Amino acid sequence: MVKFHDRIVALVFAIGLLVVAAGLAHAGPYEDALEKFTTDEFADTAEAVTEVATSGSPLAAPLIAALQDGRLQFSAKDKKVFIKTADDKLIDAETGKPFDGTPPDDLDTVRVNNRLRGVIEAANGALTLMAPDAGKRYESAQSVFKSRDAAVLPAVEKALEAEKVARVKKILNEARAAILLAADDTSAPDRIAAIEVIRARGDQDSLALLQSLPADLPADVRATANGAIKTVERNLALWNTVQNLWYGLSLGSVLLLAAIGLAITFGVMGVINMAHGEMVMLGAYTTYVVQDVIRTSYPGLFDYSLAFALPLAFLVAAIVGIIIERTVIRFLYGRPLETLLATWGISLVLMQAVRAVFGPTNKEVGNPSWMSGAFDLGGILITYNRMWIIVFTGIVFVALLAMLRFTRLGLEMRAVTQNRQMAAAVGIRTARIDALTFGLGSGIAGIAGVALSQIDNVSPNLGQGYIIDSFMVVVFGGVGNLWGTLVGALTLGIANKFLEPFAGAVLAKIAILVFIILFIQKRPRGMFALKGRAIEA
Amino acid sequence: MMSAHPLIRLLDRGSTLFLVLLGAFAIAIPVLNLLMPAGSALHVSTYFVALFGKYVCYGLLALSIDLIWGYVGILSLGHGAFFALGGYAMGMYLMRQIGDRGVYANPILPDFMVFLNWSELPIFWYGFNNFAYAMLMVLLVPGLLAFVFGWFAFRSRVTGVYLSIITQAMTYALLLGFFRNNFGFGGNNGLTDFKDILGFNVQADGTRNALLVISCLMLALCFLVCRAIVTSKFGKVLIGIRDAESRTRFLGYRVEAYKLFVFTVSACMAGIAGALYVPQVGIINPGEFAPANSIEAVIWVAVGGRGTLTGAVLGAFVVNYAKTFFTSGFLAPYWLFMLGGLFIGTTLFMPRGIIGTYNNWRANQADKKDAARDNAKNDAFPSAPPHAAE
Amino acid sequence: MMDKQTTSALLYLDGVSVSFDGFKALNELSFIVEPGEMRAIIGPNGAGKTTMMDVITGKTRPDEGDVYFQEGQFDLTKLDETEIATLGIGRKFQKPTVFEMHTVEDNLQLSLKNDRSVRATLFWQSSAEQEKRIDDVLDIVRLKHLRQRVAGSLSHGQKQWLEIAMLLAQDPKLLLVDEPVAGMTDVETMQTAELLREINKTKTVVVVEHDMAFVRELGVKVTCLHEGSVLAEGTIDDVSTNDRVVEVYLGR
Repeated sequence: MVKFHDRIVALVFAIGLLVVAAGLAHAGPYEDALEKFTTDEFADTAEAVTEVATSGSPLAAPLIAALQDGRLQFSAKDKKVFIKTADDKLIDAETGKPFDGTPPDDLDTVRVNNRLRGVIEAANGALTLMAPDAGKRYESAQSVFKSRDAAVLPAVEKALEAEKVARVKKILNEARAAILLAADDTSAPDRIAAIEVIRARGDQDSLALLQSLPADLPADVRATANGAIKTVERNLALWNTVQNLWYGLSLGSVLLLAAIGLAITFGVMGVINMAHGEMVMLGAYTTYVVQDVIRTSYPGLFDYSLAFALPLAFLVAAIVGIIIERTVIRFLYGRPLETLLATWGISLVLMQAVRAVFGPTNKEVGNPSWMSGAFDLGGILITYNRMWIIVFTGIVFVALLAMLRFTRLGLEMRAVTQNRQMAAAVGIRTARIDALTFGLGSGIAGIAGVALSQIDNVSPNLGQGYIIDSFMVVVFGGVGNLWGTLVGALTLGIANKFLEPFAGAVLAKIAILVFIILFIQKRPRGMFALKGRAIEA
Repeated sequence: MMSAHPLIRLLDRGSTLFLVLLGAFAIAIPVLNLLMPAGSALHVSTYFVALFGKYVCYGLLALSIDLIWGYVGILSLGHGAFFALGGYAMGMYLMRQIGDRGVYANPILPDFMVFLNWSELPIFWYGFNNFAYAMLMVLLVPGLLAFVFGWFAFRSRVTGVYLSIITQAMTYALLLGFFRNNFGFGGNNGLTDFKDILGFNVQADGTRNALLVISCLMLALCFLVCRAIVTSKFGKVLIGIRDAESRTRFLGYRVEAYKLFVFTVSACMAGIAGALYVPQVGIINPGEFAPANSIEAVIWVAVGGRGTLTGAVLGAFVVNYAKTFFTSGFLAPYWLFMLGGLFIGTTLFMPRGIIGTYNNWRANQADKKDAARDNAKNDAFPSAPPHAAE
Repeated sequence: MMDKQTTSALLYLDGVSVSFDGFKALNELSFIVEPGEMRAIIGPNGAGKTTMMDVITGKTRPDEGDVYFQEGQFDLTKLDETEIATLGIGRKFQKPTVFEMHTVEDNLQLSLKNDRSVRATLFWQSSAEQEKRIDDVLDIVRLKHLRQRVAGSLSHGQKQWLEIAMLLAQDPKLLLVDEPVAGMTDVETMQTAELLREINKTKTVVVVEHDMAFVRELGVKVTCLHEGSVLAEGTIDDVSTNDRVVEVYLGR
């Protein structure tokens, strides 16, 4: 928090100086307060700080910052206050202009003690409440809400009067209510009004605040408070569910992204590819290389790095996949257990190759600006990267469905997987289709790697973390059915997130694994299994 | 052939040769370690005794995998877990033997429990100070897990890669669990700093040699059990299940009971291997549950030749010796390439493995001889339909 | 649910329906096989012949309908493959399925009627009586000279015979034989017909077959299936001149 304040203070300082340089200084409460710094009494200084902070003067911020840093100096004789700059120049605190005369000989630093530091902190909060940037004011009001420091109340009220932005005004109002509730000497009607404001806010902090109210409140206040606590709790439970759903959706989309390529290679072709995770990893490393090139050569294009990475990652993974299919897997069709072992070997080779080229450590892959940050949606915080990954997963899923459904390649793929001999008889080059199908599955894994590079560590072991989950999703959803994979991924993702609060992340994961193991016993072909003679042959 | 005397069935030429070699190994290594002076060219250092002891345990693990993969076609990726469970059971005994010689000198609680501020021993640690009880657990814990897991899986006819995948999921779940401190098995660090076993110092040369010999004995015993199983009519049924499961079923065999029995026996053997492994390497930690370990053990079997038993043990020795050799030298960064290549190469070019390829070659030689003889004999009777023979 | 004592049939199917993802493989199929009978089942591809076998042997559960064995004593829809096989129903698959890695002798040894439990097979010893049984069965299918051969090295026709021999060794009450002459030469086909007639002297047999010459050679009652139910039943001449059968086969 301190660091955060420092930054704001620094900013305000800079702006303040700018304004001062334009010569907009004027006489008022600020100038009157200055004299109190020269008495060398802590009580006077404290009074002065509060007065300066609420004065609204642009010079207030730099002055208080100087006081905090031990750069505020005074001359008791001249009744003058100076700000010493970093390079030992003096600035006249009254005008904000550089002092070019001879410094008074009794120049001394304004002393600060612990109580005063508290006052300064509060003053800083008050100061940023008046900051020109609405975002800064908003954050500052939020921090006041949390600190509930009664000393800031005048500043809050002043800021409330001046505030034009509705969003900030709302928070200021809540901050004021919080202070009033926390204070001992608030009247009952004021308290009830404050409780209503807090009830409307309705988040975890509101609940904590309401629950911390003293027990010996007047009956009507108590009743209002209890009612508010109930409302807020209900509200929170609702948002909690929404939040879990959102996290689950997010996890589910990651699972889907990792598994969807597998749904093609394993689900449609029946090839068990243990190197699938490494295809994801190759996609992530492609993103890293693309960003590296952009950073060194075309820094301006950084925000578009993922747009370059996506097709490249698809190509890289697809080509590697096709090579694997042509050199290894095609000799093992009909021998799934051998395929499992051989592709495990391939995964070892790929991991070690990446380790040899890029080193064993994590690689830094950045988020483009449009993927960083977060926003509030009701009671939950939504990060942009998670949101875009969900959107992206949806697009990939739909595109893949469409591809299988409407393109010539998709048609031939379905033909080959359903009846190889027949497909060959009608002139489909089955070997080519095998390679392309495997390439498609791998390429999609590569694309998944681009997305996962945004939320996970990019290391040679990246793929290992996803392979078991991916197989679970495909098997759970039902082999040979993309919709099954979709439902499987989302179900597992959401179930995981709803279990986590009770069981913790690891136990939740174990519970899910055990559940799937039992589920497969019950329905060996997954949720949406194809039935009939054809698949049993 | 089934009609031969059971003992002859049990000990064919390959098996006898295997047991003789194993016996020679079990005698030679301790002799060369304990009786040869340290400077002698024939001296085997204690490091190698421990190393070979480890290989023998791996050999036993490979044997257990071959029993179900080679003869029933079940590719279990969970045998690393059974191995580790056996190891943990032994580790718990060894931890309790430390007594008050731990860092915190608590006579009952192992150090990690004191460190975690636990006030008393968890119930599942009771009894592990008793060697016999611990050894029972070595068999029972992996066996019971395999039984329960197999009962569900085989009854609902989960086969092929599906079974492989869920055994891997089981292993993974155990890995996650054992990493947790509150599971009560030492979390991340596992169990280590063992002092003695049955009163003998685990570090002492004599103990190490004894452990090696015991490992060899257990390997020989388990090998004979496996041979007895696969050469019996039961073994023929197993191969029948492997090659034509539904035919076996329609003949009236309860396929799931056969699978369950052999899966459980195999898991117990893997548990024994783990139990012997732990005192020789001096540590057991959750890393042993890593799914990669289970798959690696499968490739030992593939390299040696599955469905041959002796091949599995040979494969474990060959691959692990190669691993020790390559990872200790300048070639270390290339080891994973080689291991990966081994996975690919074996499945593509030598699916029968070393012993299988050799057996096949010998059978071909014999066939050629037979064919030559038959040709000479059959010239008078050109290939006739069966009824003509009457 | 029918009254158990009302049928004298060995195999009794009534109103059996099975569907896979909306496709009706069997549609209200009903037919009866009397003890000692040999029945030939014919029908075009997809008529439901193999699905019917699956239902009888417990591989597929019918969606509705009754399947009873031995005068209504056993409800086959409640039993699994192993139990049904133990009751005395042997099945030969469409594609010859023998234990390719085992010798002919071992194949039969595994099929002989014996205790099938794990314990029994673990400690099992062969006996002279068993060897005799194997000899007898091999005599019937004329494979005696191949006793020590590995089954995988047999010709296609020989594998078919071996599989029939395995069924015989089981000593079943009912043999279900799925396309026994597929891929056989004409001579082999005729021999197989003779073999089945021989077997029929002591056992009830249901044969599914495409080969009309073979069915004619068998000379038994024929049931023609179409789209999962019985289209016609009677002698081969009756059935082959039936207008509807002709229509189905020639696709008019």
